[in-house]
Amino acid sequence: MPSPSQVDPRGLRVAAGLTSVVLAVALVAPRPLTLVLLAVQAVVFAVGALVSLRLSPYALLYATLVRPRLGPPAQTEDARPPRFAQAVGLAFTLVALAGFGLGVAALGYAATALALVAALLNATIGLCLGCEMYLAVRRLRPTGAATPA
Amino acid sequence: MASRIVGVVTGLFVLLGALLLAAVLGAVVTRRNGRFAEATQQPAPTDPGAEVVTAQEIGAPLGTRLTLVQLSTAFCAPCRATRTLLTDVTADLEDVAYVDVDAESHLELVRRLGVMRTPTVLVLDARGVVTRRASGLPRREQVLAAIAEVNPKT
Repeated sequence: MPSPSQVDPRGLRVAAGLTSVVLAVALVAPRPLTLVLLAVQAVVFAVGALVSLRLSPYALLYATLVRPRLGPPAQTEDARPPRFAQAVGLAFTLVALAGFGLGVAALGYAATALALVAALLNATIGLCLGCEMYLAVRRLRPTGAATPA
Repeated sequence: MASRIVGVVTGLFVLLGALLLAAVLGAVVTRRNGRFAEATQQPAPTDPGAEVVTAQEIGAPLGTRLTLVQLSTAFCAPCRATRTLLTDVTADLEDVAYVDVDAESHLELVRRLGVMRTPTVLVLDARGVVTRRASGLPRREQVLAAIAEVNPKT
């Protein structure tokens, strides 16, 4: 049994793909539908970031529909960086909602578009921007603040 | 009604822009992965511009010809793949050492060398001078080419 903090990386890619579709449709949809889609996506991000990746709706879809056909993954990944990335996605989605909701459409478009770019990169080439940011953020900490391995 | 059409058209433009940006970034990152930057000169360890890594810093002896130092973070799938590849490539090479180092417990080294991404692979010559480096998961032929380019000790 994998430890609770490990996840199937293929599920992450599928979730990123679903996120990409939702955000892409949100960009071209009529405003009311845009708000609904962004709200749904925000909830998905929130569950993944704040509760558990496995309980995220997209992960549940993957687990029930896709994974049974694939069999176990060759490797699993630590859940912490993707959860951080979900939190970043949540932030962008909330900003987008605020933008569209308060009539600052440019902000709504910009935030949605950036979240979409990140999701697309994750879904297509498996690039996790949150993971890449991790070391850059750690560099700023003073020496000696290293956590135990 | 007209404003709805304007909204959809605007959304389409933004969507196309996002797709284009994702494509460009994806291509740039994919190309950068595993690219061992050309060294324009072979500095001596005492040259002011030289980046030197000591055996003490990495906790292992340097290779007699080369040392490959990989900087990894704890949860980094490409780091694992890079470790598998480099272990395999260096297994039969007696004069090339390979060390996988945890970036988080070597932050001084990370900052000094300006390492921004993991995995980063440093190619050290026999004196510990950094002659080449690459970030991201390299392909086997990229590693072999980088190893072959560093002059053997005479």
